[in-house]
Amino acid sequence: MSFMPVFLWSDKLIFLILAVGIACVWYVRQLEHLLVPWRRVARNPTAMVSLLVLSLFVLVGLLDTLHYRAALPDRNDGETVYSPEVLSVFDKLVTPLRTQTEKTYSAPLAVTLYAKESVIDASGHVLREYPRLRFGGAGLTDVRQRDADIFRRGLTGALAGLAAGLLIALGSKRWLVKRKWPMRALLASTLVISVLIGATVNLAAAYHVLGTDKVGQDVLYLSLKSIRTGLIIGTVTTLVTLPLALFLGVAAGYFRGWVDDVIQYIYTVLSSIPSVLLIAAAVLMMQVTIDMHPGWFTTLASRADLRLVFLCLILGVTSWTGLCRLLRGETLKLREMEYIQAAQAFGVSPLRILMRHIMPNVMHIVLISLVMDFSGLVLAEAVLSYVGVGVDPSMISFGTMINAARLELGREPMVWWSLASAFGFMLALVLAANLFADAVRDAFDPRLNRTWEAE
Amino acid sequence: MIAYLIRRISYALPILVGVNLLTFALFFVVNTPDDMARMQLGIKRVSPEAIARWEQQHGYDKPLFLNSAAAGIDKITDTIFWQKSASMFVLDFGYSDDGRDISREIATRMWPSLSIALPTFLIGLIVYVSFALLMTLFRATALDMAGVSLCVFLMSVSGLFYIIGGQFLVSKLWHLVPISGYAGGLDSFKFVVLPILIGIAGSVGASSRWYRTIFLEEIGKDYVRTARAKGLSELRVLFTHVLKNAMIPILTGVVVVIPLLFMGSLLTESFFGIPGLGSYTIDAINAQDFSVVRAMVFLGSLLYIVGLILTDISYTMVDPRVRLS
Repeated sequence: MSFMPVFLWSDKLIFLILAVGIACVWYVRQLEHLLVPWRRVARNPTAMVSLLVLSLFVLVGLLDTLHYRAALPDRNDGETVYSPEVLSVFDKLVTPLRTQTEKTYSAPLAVTLYAKESVIDASGHVLREYPRLRFGGAGLTDVRQRDADIFRRGLTGALAGLAAGLLIALGSKRWLVKRKWPMRALLASTLVISVLIGATVNLAAAYHVLGTDKVGQDVLYLSLKSIRTGLIIGTVTTLVTLPLALFLGVAAGYFRGWVDDVIQYIYTVLSSIPSVLLIAAAVLMMQVTIDMHPGWFTTLASRADLRLVFLCLILGVTSWTGLCRLLRGETLKLREMEYIQAAQAFGVSPLRILMRHIMPNVMHIVLISLVMDFSGLVLAEAVLSYVGVGVDPSMISFGTMINAARLELGREPMVWWSLASAFGFMLALVLAANLFADAVRDAFDPRLNRTWEAE
Repeated sequence: MIAYLIRRISYALPILVGVNLLTFALFFVVNTPDDMARMQLGIKRVSPEAIARWEQQHGYDKPLFLNSAAAGIDKITDTIFWQKSASMFVLDFGYSDDGRDISREIATRMWPSLSIALPTFLIGLIVYVSFALLMTLFRATALDMAGVSLCVFLMSVSGLFYIIGGQFLVSKLWHLVPISGYAGGLDSFKFVVLPILIGIAGSVGASSRWYRTIFLEEIGKDYVRTARAKGLSELRVLFTHVLKNAMIPILTGVVVVIPLLFMGSLLTESFFGIPGLGSYTIDAINAQDFSVVRAMVFLGSLLYIVGLILTDISYTMVDPRVRLS
């Protein structure tokens, strides 16, 4: 089957970030003095376990970023027509999860729907009973075998996962020892994660592990798809924040005078508007613009995607002020240092001083602030989507999942699994990001006052 | 003091003008009133007459900045900018889409917002500072470690979870208080207690950790060693010396939000059905009522700037070294 690769706007930006990231890693690896703080991060068990979890999230997100449109079955005239549906490699990998939709809600690992329906049995009587699911536990002949089957599948999956985990652990052990990475923590978490993944994969083959939502979509699939949205909000936003804050902040601090006044004025105005309101106003206006130009988009996905990119843009424009202020303050301090004055005395041009002498010395602030902001942005997405100014309603994200599930809390019995999965996945992502960010801050912040620890 | 205030306010004015111009650009230049009319009336099949009528009803049928058709001072005053944006400086916010006076709505809805936001703020402050002091007292022990871990965990949980979980547990499962609603006067207690508790719980992680960092920064300083050297107990050092000296960073973060308490919280108010300014804003966003959103943006920045001025004044109260001059 042939296909046509699709590069949505957010995909391009993700690849750009990936390229910049790889370039940074390559650059840092060559310079010993830049490696030192990273070695400190690498020796921190919490940081490395968080990084392991984060990289799994990133892996899912990246697989979900490779988009394509599949070719429809050949028509007679030989012309290839592509499906209007934009799929990703991740969608392809988990095709059963995506396509095996039920009629409506079903609980995690259930074999029947959540509500009773009228069913006509063989003898023509109308019965009220819980209808069997189309896919969840479809292989069972008797519903009573469910628990045993779940146990068996879970156990075999977990054992397979354990075996795979042990293989990975044995394979990477020597490598870890050589690099002095926290071996025990990393190996233990690898085992736990692979057991979890093994059990989930084996169960997901026959059941809806986290249940289904209102239109019968698998909640596990929705949760995994939400990861990409969260990651994009957390990373693409920095593409906007970073250049604005870095150039304006450093310029304000270095040139002072009217440049400083203008830049300070701009960021004071922006930061004096409560951010939710500014975001809401900007998103409302963006909606009007998008609705006015339906011709911009070829597919539904590209429309939702452009909205997401715009949301990142708006979040970026509203959130660069804090970092800018920090950088301005630091530059004010640096420009009085002797080595800068020496450079000025030698007649080095201001631009060169900024690039060579000031920017490298504020980079730790930039890095700390970026990793610290990431988790906040992931959380903000859910809130904004609830307020109605977040991602497109057709886009799968933690916010839209929570928003859809929130209304069902009043039902009896409760529909809790959508909410629980969205919050659970979000917690895992944000907690890992927070712990990693803390370790990065501890390793990079030279001002960190540790006198009390020595007591 | 008066002279200082006048100077501060004269600094604040250009910022408000900037906010005003920014919101004006956002609401009227990015999309023309024509686009907004189309959006409100349905995108397809809308006649030019209907658009003209909508614009006239809302007062959007004027030029943006300069009305060349008018004479004299009307050249400037008979424009959208003057009537819709510049008028906000005298707190005249115009009318919402359903024809109500926005200024009056703000005046009545402010109190429910405040009845939740103020207790949340005050009790929250006490809780966070006490928790942070406790962690500082037991610094570098397992107890401190557990406290910090708890904080990191709590701040990783989505704010929506606290609200949904709290509503479910307290109202639906235990039937202690109504799920949502509001009443005036003393009856409102049973309605506001849960939002207040949830509001406090929602930011206990981030806030306590922040205060702990401030206290730890202070505790490494020389005057603390001096205080210990002269034989003061650790508790006394913490409460009379460290707490007092940490006031400046605490005030920097705290005083600025006090005026913003009037605006209430978007999430809490909409989940609990509190008829405050937060739910007003959310309803306006969902109904795409641009006049209300514009008014709220301006009001928010006005209150924020008031907060900044209050912060500076509060410094003089806690630190005699700071003088307003």
